[in-house]
Amino acid sequence: MKEIIKYIKKNKLAYMSLYILVILYFLAVFADFISPYPYDIQHRDTPYHPPTQIHFFDKEGNFHLRPFVYKYELIDPVFKVYKINEDKIYPVQFFTEGEKHYLFGVIPTNIHLFGVKGDGKIFLLGADHLGRDIFSRLLYGSRVSLSIGLVGVLLSFSLGSLIGGISGYFGGKIDNILMRLSEIVMSFPGFYLMLALRAIFPITLSSVQVYFLIVVILSFIGWAGLARVIRGMVLSIREQDFVIAAKSYGASSFRIITKHIIPNTFSYLLIAATLSIPGYILGESALSLLGLGIQEPYASWGNMLSAARSITAISSYPWILSPGVAIFITILAFNLLGDALRDALDPKLRKML
Amino acid sequence: MFLYIIKRLIQMIPLVIGITFVSFIIIQLAPGSYIDQLKMNPQISAETLKELEKSYGLDQPLLIQYFKWLMNALTFDLGYSFSFHVPVTQLIQERVWNTLFLSITSAILAWGLAVPMGIWAALKPNSWVDKFIQLFSFTFMSIPNFFLAFLMLFVAVKTGIFPTGGATSPDYDQMSLIGKIADRLWHVALPAFVLAVGSLAGLVRLVRSAMIESLQSDYVLFARAKGLPEKDVIFKHALKNALNPFITLLGFEIANLISGAALVEIIVNWPGMGMLMLDAVLKQDLYLVMGGLYIGAIMLIVGNLIADILLAKIDPRVRQREVEGILK
Repeated sequence: MKEIIKYIKKNKLAYMSLYILVILYFLAVFADFISPYPYDIQHRDTPYHPPTQIHFFDKEGNFHLRPFVYKYELIDPVFKVYKINEDKIYPVQFFTEGEKHYLFGVIPTNIHLFGVKGDGKIFLLGADHLGRDIFSRLLYGSRVSLSIGLVGVLLSFSLGSLIGGISGYFGGKIDNILMRLSEIVMSFPGFYLMLALRAIFPITLSSVQVYFLIVVILSFIGWAGLARVIRGMVLSIREQDFVIAAKSYGASSFRIITKHIIPNTFSYLLIAATLSIPGYILGESALSLLGLGIQEPYASWGNMLSAARSITAISSYPWILSPGVAIFITILAFNLLGDALRDALDPKLRKML
Repeated sequence: MFLYIIKRLIQMIPLVIGITFVSFIIIQLAPGSYIDQLKMNPQISAETLKELEKSYGLDQPLLIQYFKWLMNALTFDLGYSFSFHVPVTQLIQERVWNTLFLSITSAILAWGLAVPMGIWAALKPNSWVDKFIQLFSFTFMSIPNFFLAFLMLFVAVKTGIFPTGGATSPDYDQMSLIGKIADRLWHVALPAFVLAVGSLAGLVRLVRSAMIESLQSDYVLFARAKGLPEKDVIFKHALKNALNPFITLLGFEIANLISGAALVEIIVNWPGMGMLMLDAVLKQDLYLVMGGLYIGAIMLIVGNLIADILLAKIDPRVRQREVEGILK
């Protein structure tokens, strides 16, 4: 483990990616504290509010140490044209009181990292068609999008490595059946299979149910490829002395597979996991984008982007695309990190690629 | 060679049965059928419903329904679409050409650019060209293609250079032949670009590393020592050997021709298979969903088959192991 960290520290891009990921997960955990508004609060009087500019100088050119914002007034409700009213300044308050929320889900508090008092509003990334703050929704949405990758990988990798382990260790008939099964799963076009599996369940489910449904669907599609690779590795590991030793003192097959064989594939699993998390994030986004995933009013990066499916909305209010940027940054970070891990842990693979 | 192909075809049979069976089960698990929706309609009499159920074979046990469907599917008769009231094969035929046109255009674009770019980067590893190409590939590998599609739509709306949906203009029928071709190319440009950039980014990396490895090998050293011109060394010796693994990828490409573009199709309103599948899933159109899954899976198997045959033809090592192996 120490060697890995040392190697990643040497690779500047990977080190940066690791930092970015830590920050992203930190933001996700503290989403309700950092975001100025809850994800479902609607400001019906300010639909498609453009991103609020933060100022330090007022119109007379005086410098204010505390940043402030101006109020945006809706002058054309049809085309959502706003005018900035520079008469009154609204200072940005830090650790200010706002809507009540539960930190870590248990500690009740109404303190938010920042906010604006009175009738001024702060929408760092603008607002959507219902006047909900996109920045806040982005933070709440990151909880879904960032965790689904981890949970999905955990499930499909446990399944895949166990099946691959059993298949490779026992060989013969079991191997044959399991591998034919994985071939069948792999023969389906992934996106179609995802849609078809989603169709088994009613469209309207509670968001928690949909969340786990997506995890299960993505894992169902994802285990097969991994199981085949693990099987190949197990075929060579099972001939090694330590496995034979374990057998000779009477360890059960299950114990040998889970305690002796699978741990020897860990370095590969770590690389593969890092590189496949983006797939899960994309899968969730794609389903939610099509309206088959996380449902409103809950936020996920995918369902926030579904607002962009209207061409007029993209062209007039481009800030609704910001969840896409978040997805891009996250995936880039995971890809860079996975690449560095591959170089660090597996010089053999590095040569191959 | 012939025997090898036969052997591979026979190996496909259980796979096809497995695939169709799984897709059939999936659809059977879905709650409610199309008939249920009609039952809600008071204008449709019970007799008509019975008639319908019978003509679709819904009143028979599951296994019989499946075998009926499978027998027909082998001759590409995929049943009747509940919601469009036309045979599934006809529906798919209408849409599949649009999808193939889009994916083949983007595949040509991606491969046509990836190979020269990959070679260029590999010839001067760690030069600024190489670094730029690597940066490009990492960036575009990480941009989700649906997001890129949104960005391109934004550009298209703002500049008006590209149309923002559909495969042809409304006045397509009145155009001359050249006008028709130009119109189609104009419409395909945006989605094809989006798809091509995504696969190009991945391909470049692979071509680059395969070329670097190939350039360091003994046979390239030998070719150089023989005094061959550098052009011949690169294209006749290094490239030819480096491209072997890409035959397998070509198989994947064939497999993805129908289903790979689905999400981008839906976003840019391309009238292809993606939209059809989404509609079918939302409307619980049993035979249409199965038809789509079936065609997609067949393409994947056929793609792999073609890749294996090509590989056996090109690589004597594989040929010896696989083809001559069965003759003994």
